[in-house]
Amino acid sequence: MNYEELLLQTALSDERYIVMTAENRALVRSMPQKLGNRFIDTGITEQTMIGMAAGLALRGRIPVVHALAPFLTMRAFEFIRTDVGIAHLPVKLSGFIPGFLSDGNGPTHQAIEDVSIMRTIPGMEVYCPADEDDLLRMMPFVWQSPEPAYVRINHKKGSYTHAPYDPGKAEIISRGDDITILVYGFLFEQALIAKSLLEEKGLSVGLINLRSLKPVDTDAIIQAANQSHLLVTLEDHLQTGGLYSIVAEILLQHKHRSRVFPLALTERWFRPGLLSEVLEYEGFTANAIAEKVMLQLQMI
Amino acid sequence: MTKDKLSGLQDLALKVREHIIEMTAGGGCFIGASLSCVELMVYLYAEYLNIDSSNLQHPERDYLFLSKGHDVPALYGTLAELGFIEKARLKQHLLASDSIYWHPNRAIPGVEFHSGSLGHLPAVAAGVAMDCKLKGLQNRVVVITGDGELNEGSVWESLLVANAYGLNNLTILVDRNQFQANIRTEELIPLEPLVDKFTAFGCAVKRINGHDFDALEEAFLGIPFTSDRVNVIIADTVRGKGLPSIEARADRWFCAFSATEISQLLEELHGNKEARIESESLIVR
Repeated sequence: MNYEELLLQTALSDERYIVMTAENRALVRSMPQKLGNRFIDTGITEQTMIGMAAGLALRGRIPVVHALAPFLTMRAFEFIRTDVGIAHLPVKLSGFIPGFLSDGNGPTHQAIEDVSIMRTIPGMEVYCPADEDDLLRMMPFVWQSPEPAYVRINHKKGSYTHAPYDPGKAEIISRGDDITILVYGFLFEQALIAKSLLEEKGLSVGLINLRSLKPVDTDAIIQAANQSHLLVTLEDHLQTGGLYSIVAEILLQHKHRSRVFPLALTERWFRPGLLSEVLEYEGFTANAIAEKVMLQLQMI
Repeated sequence: MTKDKLSGLQDLALKVREHIIEMTAGGGCFIGASLSCVELMVYLYAEYLNIDSSNLQHPERDYLFLSKGHDVPALYGTLAELGFIEKARLKQHLLASDSIYWHPNRAIPGVEFHSGSLGHLPAVAAGVAMDCKLKGLQNRVVVITGDGELNEGSVWESLLVANAYGLNNLTILVDRNQFQANIRTEELIPLEPLVDKFTAFGCAVKRINGHDFDALEEAFLGIPFTSDRVNVIIADTVRGKGLPSIEARADRWFCAFSATEISQLLEELHGNKEARIESESLIVR
């Protein structure tokens, strides 16, 4: 089973589903033949696609819309905020190649502010699967929810077998007294290896796959802050408005003093290249992550 | 159109204009854009569209989307006259205790969708029209856009898509009152030749006098114009129509009038002497 097969199965079993794309067919290539007129390609028109999705949702449909994450969340932002957000319609936004996954495309294609801007919309849910397995566990809940939702699509195969999806809950991979790494999306894989590297140094390391950033599992974050000496937020997103901001907001709300070390992109777009090159250059390989965390630990 | 029917529609239009003028009290409203589209609104709700206060949940009723937003006093006046909402609510315009404000709010019965940000509802309406097509239903979907609103690229984008899908159950009705917010369209971003532009985007187009009920009826009874294209009706109108003292004036866009001015304007509407307007127009909305 992959994303496309799951979506097709869901749509074929329920007439309410409409699959839409702004001419980004990577995830939905077989749909025109298999879904017939419930597959709608609006061409390269992110705004119109969202407006039409809102209209279809007004009529009781559940549109699942696809576009590259930066064009979906930014070109069509005001349509999402105004037509989907204000009306609180169950439109499901699938953003393709978010974060580092845009690898060699360059800054025009980098969605590294998508979490930040999508979570500002009242009622909008934000999901960030770690890999294909996580994605497939999550999507049935996303599509069945009556809420509008943005999904940072990550359909890369991973090595980890995830726990069943529990709405609003993070996936606790491990708990640790020295460090807890909080991560979402594509960097989960690197975080998992970094955890082993840090454990080899004799450290007690927690790892939490957030899964959804809105709603976010506040309890899991507070519990990690209580237990660990250092929290690390790890994300292929700008530091502003993403997980680091979310954790800062939660700790402040709970009057919790905790050391938080952000690993994110700061005030610039990342250097384009093959994904492995990007990770290396930007310092987001498991080795680089472990090294930075070790250094930070030594400084406190 | 029979004389009786015409006279009924004209009476209704007069009452809607009275409501609009009264809504310039208590904080004001976008009077110019509201007065220009009164006949459009009245004809659609009273004659053409299958929408009434009892069938709002019916899947096969028609739809009117108000994309230009500023003309919502004309819609509220029409809805009040046709029994969708209590007339008394219009006096609560801008009170936080009610839900009536300067732009359409779908919490009000009869308002299909919120608007105010221009260039959105052609796409939303295309989504509704698409669903009706998918289900093989005959609902008719009409969108009123402003002419200034046609500056927005999203209007044209949505027409490309709607025509690609043959949505001939969708009609774009342009309130061509010649004005953007503060300036004539042709002095800022010229739109003409407008029929040619819509035609080039694949639409089937008619242009009529938007204050003439006979012309409106003739145009709407011809819908769908074709088997596979979006219908466009360009309705030539006059901003501020019905009040010679404010008609076609750039500075009578958003107005908050005093009680004396309002009573003079109501007199003027009924053919008596022109009102003396001393309030400064607010052009900062």
